[in-house]
Amino acid sequence: MSRAPGDLTPTAGQTVGPFFHYALPYPGDSELVPPGRADAVRLHGVVRDGAGDPVPDALLEIWQADPSGAIAQEPGSLRRDGFTFTGWGRAATDATGHYSFSTVTPGATGPGQAPFVAVTVFARGLLNRLFTRAYLPGDLDGDTLLASVAEDRRHTLVAVADEQGYRFDIRLQGEGETVFLRHPRH
Amino acid sequence: MVTQAEMDGEIAAIGAAYESAVSAGGAEETQPRLDYPPYRSSLLRHPTKDLHHADPEGVELWAPAFGHRDVGTLEADLTIQHGGEPIGERTVVTGRVLDGDGRPVRRQLVEIWQANAGGRYIHKRDQHPAAIDPNFTGVGRCLTDDDGTYRFTTIKPGPYPWKNHRNAWRPAHIHFSMFGTEFTQRMVTQMYFPGDPLFALDPIYQSIVDPRARERLVATYDHDITQHEWATGYRWDIVLTGAHRTLMEPEEEHA
Repeated sequence: MSRAPGDLTPTAGQTVGPFFHYALPYPGDSELVPPGRADAVRLHGVVRDGAGDPVPDALLEIWQADPSGAIAQEPGSLRRDGFTFTGWGRAATDATGHYSFSTVTPGATGPGQAPFVAVTVFARGLLNRLFTRAYLPGDLDGDTLLASVAEDRRHTLVAVADEQGYRFDIRLQGEGETVFLRHPRH
Repeated sequence: MVTQAEMDGEIAAIGAAYESAVSAGGAEETQPRLDYPPYRSSLLRHPTKDLHHADPEGVELWAPAFGHRDVGTLEADLTIQHGGEPIGERTVVTGRVLDGDGRPVRRQLVEIWQANAGGRYIHKRDQHPAAIDPNFTGVGRCLTDDDGTYRFTTIKPGPYPWKNHRNAWRPAHIHFSMFGTEFTQRMVTQMYFPGDPLFALDPIYQSIVDPRARERLVATYDHDITQHEWATGYRWDIVLTGAHRTLMEPEEEHA
């Protein structure tokens, strides 16, 4: 028997493998809002491995609040209508390891909480998904998580403002390795 | 490129070290190791620093919502996506998605993808010279029902070779992607079929070093799911990592 009755041990993850491109990406996956919209911002970056080489077969997912800090519970991410903000998107990296989302700037979801985008990373060669956060640049002194991270690594959790929005590079291993998160009960 | 025998040695050494650590009182591992050298592609792609403890906050305590606008009911049948019947063993794979407290994950998205009966993916990177089946793409989606149950009709995938080491073959598997009620429960894994002779040889399966944890990825043949003169049936239940929101914010009414 694969799982004994009453056994509630979490199922193990496995790598997304090399062949997800025809299954998981879909039209409009990375466009939480249409790129032309007045308040649209770009969240993009490059995923790199331990040698500093780009990872061309990674898949990122983001999940975020809207600009007012509200958390959407609207369906429609898989068939976007261009108007409904669902808060969730998916982007595969390209041949240069680059990913790009069109989204809006998230607001704080509660008093004293710094706005961030929740990020999940999948890749060939990565045996289980990784969680991280992309904080927006700004005053982050009061954030509990950032305060708990060693100062020399804190920057890996903070996006950098650029002309079109925000840049958030991910380093899976090595120099400047991104801080990845483990949540309780994992 | 190392031989399978050398690969077997690497896998066995890690497994033996784990078993002796558990015997000495070490913790059982339920997830794959991120740092698992026998899977060569992981060498430069695993974090070397410990994962950083984070209590989930804000959006992490919620999951994206999916509905019938997102997923059509026919998308759960991978055998009707083209003009004819696909080649291979028609099979029904069904089970429940539960959270760590045993509650069903209702009306949530499940995505699958897989090779065809000959072990070939419809993907430009798959150059294995087995036939592409014009009647089989190998991609499906469904929403769980109010009981957390998902159900797919598909073709049993074949094993296929890959380039991890010499004469490396993956056991037959179906890739599964699941969401929970919180973003922290997001997971992607692979479901296997019982009795596969390639289990012991496969570094991806063996990256879950605990044998009990590995076996939870293996479906069970279930003759009650098998359909008369139509399809074989397998059951595979999924438990996501525990939920946090109900524990941390029991009174919250979310707009």
